[in-house]
Amino acid sequence: MLSIILLSVSGLANLFLGFLRSNRVLLPAVMLVLAVVLAINLIGFDTGQLADWNASPYFAGMLTFDRYAQVFTTVMVLTVLLLLPFSQKFVQDGNPNLAEFYSIMLFSLVGAIMMVSYNNVLVLFLGIETLSIAMYVLAGSDKSNLRSNESALKYFLMGSFATGILLFGIALIYGATRTFDLAQMGVAVRALPAADPGMTPMLYIGILLMLIGIGFKISAAPFHFWTPDVYEGAPTVFTAFMSTVVKTAGVAGFFKLLTIAFGGDTSGFWLPTLTAMLVLTLLIGNVGAVAQTNAKRMLAYSSISHAGYLMLALVALNSETLSKTAIFFYSLAYSLSTVVSFGVLALVHDQRQRDDYDSLNGLAKTNPLLAFAMTVSMLSLAGIPLTGGFFGKFQLLSAATAEGYIGLVVFALVMSAIGIYYYLRPIIAMYMKPAEEGTAAPVPVTMLQSAVLVVLVGLIVLMGVAPGLFDGFLA
Amino acid sequence: MLTALLLILPVVAALLLHFVRGSAARALALGASLLELALAVYAAFQFNGVYSQTNPTLELKYHWLESAGIAFHIGMDGLSYLLVLLTAFLVPLILLASFRHNYDNPSAFYALVLFMQTGLIGVFVALDAFVFYFFWEVALIPIYFLAGVWGGERRVPVTLKFFLYTVIGSLLMLAGFVYLYYMTGVNGAMRSSDLDAFYNLTLSTQEQSWVFLLIFAAFAIKMPLWPLHSWQPDTYEQAPAPASMLLSGIMLKMGIYGTLRWLMPIVPQGMSVHVGWIMVLAVIGIIYGAIIAIRQRDVKRLIAFSSLSHVGLMIAGMFTLTDKGLQGTVIQMLAHGVNVVGMFFIADVIERRTGTRQIAELGGLTRRTPLLTVCFLVILLGTVALPLTNGFVGEFLLLMGVYQFNPWLGAVAGLTIIFGAVYLLRMFQRVMLGPDSSFSETITDLTGSELAVLVPLVLMVFWIGLFPGTFMHISEPAVNKLLVLINR
Repeated sequence: MLSIILLSVSGLANLFLGFLRSNRVLLPAVMLVLAVVLAINLIGFDTGQLADWNASPYFAGMLTFDRYAQVFTTVMVLTVLLLLPFSQKFVQDGNPNLAEFYSIMLFSLVGAIMMVSYNNVLVLFLGIETLSIAMYVLAGSDKSNLRSNESALKYFLMGSFATGILLFGIALIYGATRTFDLAQMGVAVRALPAADPGMTPMLYIGILLMLIGIGFKISAAPFHFWTPDVYEGAPTVFTAFMSTVVKTAGVAGFFKLLTIAFGGDTSGFWLPTLTAMLVLTLLIGNVGAVAQTNAKRMLAYSSISHAGYLMLALVALNSETLSKTAIFFYSLAYSLSTVVSFGVLALVHDQRQRDDYDSLNGLAKTNPLLAFAMTVSMLSLAGIPLTGGFFGKFQLLSAATAEGYIGLVVFALVMSAIGIYYYLRPIIAMYMKPAEEGTAAPVPVTMLQSAVLVVLVGLIVLMGVAPGLFDGFLA
Repeated sequence: MLTALLLILPVVAALLLHFVRGSAARALALGASLLELALAVYAAFQFNGVYSQTNPTLELKYHWLESAGIAFHIGMDGLSYLLVLLTAFLVPLILLASFRHNYDNPSAFYALVLFMQTGLIGVFVALDAFVFYFFWEVALIPIYFLAGVWGGERRVPVTLKFFLYTVIGSLLMLAGFVYLYYMTGVNGAMRSSDLDAFYNLTLSTQEQSWVFLLIFAAFAIKMPLWPLHSWQPDTYEQAPAPASMLLSGIMLKMGIYGTLRWLMPIVPQGMSVHVGWIMVLAVIGIIYGAIIAIRQRDVKRLIAFSSLSHVGLMIAGMFTLTDKGLQGTVIQMLAHGVNVVGMFFIADVIERRTGTRQIAELGGLTRRTPLLTVCFLVILLGTVALPLTNGFVGEFLLLMGVYQFNPWLGAVAGLTIIFGAVYLLRMFQRVMLGPDSSFSETITDLTGSELAVLVPLVLMVFWIGLFPGTFMHISEPAVNKLLVLINR
C-alpha cells in the first residue's frame, strides 16, 4: 500500500515540478522516488514481513499487499527504475511535456501494482484501466510523428474494445456468482454447476470474455494484432515500458484470477481454450518475428512469444508454487533483458534515426558496451545458459512438465529453437557486419546509461550463474 | 576444489585479458593455459579413478537452485579426467597457433578461447544434468563468435547454420533432461537432476526410448553422426584455424562423452532399441566421409571429411557396448584430438606461406622444408592409424569391437583404414611431393613457435601409440563402471 501511496503522491507532485524552468531535476527526482519504493519492498524481503508490515487487506478487503504482490511490485518498480535513464534524450531535447510523461508513467505503475495486489475483480479492472489509459497517452506522446499517432489510435481503439469485453465478462460473472470478491467468487464458481446449473452458461461466457480481455492486454494470440504496430510507432522507451510492466502485471494478475477464482474443477472448462491460445501465441510470435527486418518489430513479435511462454505457467497452475516462482523468475529475466534491448535500440535510434537490423551494423566497433549488453540481452531472451532467461525458461518448462504437459513443453522448445534465429540477427549485425557509411561515429551514451547497462547485464548474468539468490521468495 | 579451480582459472584469465593488450595479452593467455595444464597433470596424482563420495579433492557440490533440487555438482572419473587433460593439453597449443595470426582485437580472441576452455572442461566434469547443459551451451557461445567474427568469407551464414543445428539439438536434449528430472520426483521424492538420481531411475523401455532419441539428437549433431553432419565441413572450412582446432579437436568429443556419461548408463534399455540403425548410420558415415574426402580439392575440407569418417568409427565402436569398443573410443578420442589439431595446424602453416589451400596449386614443398615434412608425415601416419602411432591403438580396438558386434559391419568399417590411407597419402603426395609448384623454392621451413606447437603433438602421437597403457589405465575403472551400469 505504501508503494501505491508514494507513487501516486509523487506522480502528482511531479506535475508541479514541471513548472520549474529547468527540467533537469525531473529525472533524478523520479528515479529517487522509485528507488525509495524499491527499497521499501526489498526491506520486506529481508524481514520476511510484508512491505507494509502487515497483511491485512485494505479498503474493505479489496486490496491485499501480500508476498505475491510485493514480489511483483519489486520486479516492476525495478524495471521502470532501470528503464528511465534511457529517456535522457527527452531531457536533453528540452521536451516541454517531460513532467507529464514521468507522472503518467508513475500513475500507470500504480495501476500495474493494483493488478497484482487486487482482491476484488473491480480493483483488477480499475488497475487495468489506470495502466491502459496511461499507455494510450504515452504511445502517442511523439505528437509530430505520424507513426506514433497511428500507434496511439490503434492501441486506444482496440484496447477500449478489449476493456469493454473484459467488463462485460466481469458483469456476467457477477450475475452468476453475486460477488466481486476474489475468494468468495472462487467458492461460488466451484459450487455453481451443482447449485444452480441454469447459471453455468452465463458463468462460462463470462470467463471466456475475461480470458479475451486479459489476453488482449498481454498480447496473446489471436488478440495480438495491435502489438507490432503499436510497439513500432510508440517512442522506444514507452515501448519498453509496455512490453515489460504491462506484461508482468497482466500475467501475474491473470494467474491470481485463474488460481483463486476459476481454479479447481472449473479449470476443465477454460484450460483447453487457454492451451489453444498458448500454442497459437507461441507460433505466431516466433514465426512472425522471423519475417521482420525491423529490430523493433522483431522485439514486438518476440514479446508476443514471451507471453506464450509465460502462459505455460498459467496452464500449469495446479502446481501453484512452481508456477508462481516460474512467473516471477521469467518476468524478471524477461523485463531486464527487454529493457536492455529496447534501451540500446533507443540510443541507436536517437543517433541514426532508424531501427532496422542494419542500423546496428558495426556497433561492436563503435560501442563495445552497447553491443555486449545487447548480446547478453538477446541470449537471455533466447534462453541460452549463463543468462537469467535460461533459468526462467527452465522453471516454466518444469512447471509444465510437472503437470504432465510434455507435448506443450516439446512444442515450446521447438519454438524457442526458431527464436534463436531471429535473436542472432542483431548479434550478427553488430559483430559480423561492417558499419555502414555515415554511421561510423559512436552512439553517444551518458555515464548514467552506461552504468545502468552494466547493472542490467550484471543482474541478467547473476540470475543465470547464481539463480539460488533469486529463489524461494514465493515458496 | 581442484576441479573448481580448473573451471575458474581460464575464465578469470579471460576476464583479465580485457585489460591488457599486445604481447602482455599473449603472455597472460599462454601462461594461464599452461598453468591449467600443470593443474590438470597435478590432478592425476590426486585421483583414484572412480568418482565417489570418498574423494573430495575432485568432487564438489553446492546448492545452485535449492528449491528445485539442482546442485552445482562437479567431479571427475577417469573418463572425464582424460578429456580434461586433452583439453588442457590442446588449448595452449591452439593459443600458440593463434599468436601467429594478426587478428583484429587479439585480446578478445584469446579471451574467447579461454572462455571456451571453461565451457569444455565444465561439460566433462559436470555431475548434474543442468550443470552439464549449462556448460554445453556455454561452450557454444565463444566458438560461435570465434568463427563468426574472425572467420572466412562465408562465415555469417555458415556459423548461423552451425549455431542453429547445435541449439536445436540442445533444446531437444533439454526436453529429455527435464523429463528425467521430473521422473526423479514422481514417487513423491524431492526432484533432483543429479547424475546418481538419473542412474537410479526405473523407466519403462518405451519411455527410455523416447528420452534416448531426445538427448541423442544433441549428441549426434555435435559428433556429428551422418546425416546430421552438414554443418561440419562448412564450419571447419570457414572458421579461423584455431577455432577449427577447438571444434574438431575437443568440441566434437563433447557428443561422444555425453553419450557415454549421460545416455548409455541412464537409458540402457531405450538405447538397445536404437543401436541397430545407429550402427548402420555410423558405418555409412565412415564410408561417406572417406569417399567425399577423396574427392576434396581443399585441404581443410579434406580434413573435415576425414574427421567425419574417423568419428563414424568411434560412434560404431562405442555402440558395440563392449569393453574393447568403449576403451577404443576413449583412447581414440585422445588420438583423434591430437591428430586433427595437428592436421589443421599444418594446413594453416601451409596456407600462411602459400596463400592457398587448394591441393592442385601446391606441390613439391618438401625440398626446403624437412622439419615440416617430418611433422606432417608423423601426424598423417597417426591419422592413417599405422602401427606404433596413436591412431592404431584406438582404431584396432574399435574395429575389433565392431567385428564382434557384427562381422559384416566390421568388414565395412575396416575400409576406413584403407580409404584413410588413400586420401591422406594422396594429399601428402600432391602437396608435399609431386611436381614442383610456384612455391617450391620460396617456401620456408617451420619457425620456432610453430615447432613449439608441433613437437608436443608429434611426441603425443608416439606416446599414445607406444604406451597406450598410461591412458587406458586411467579410464579402465570408469569404463568398467559404465559397463556395469549399462548391463544392469
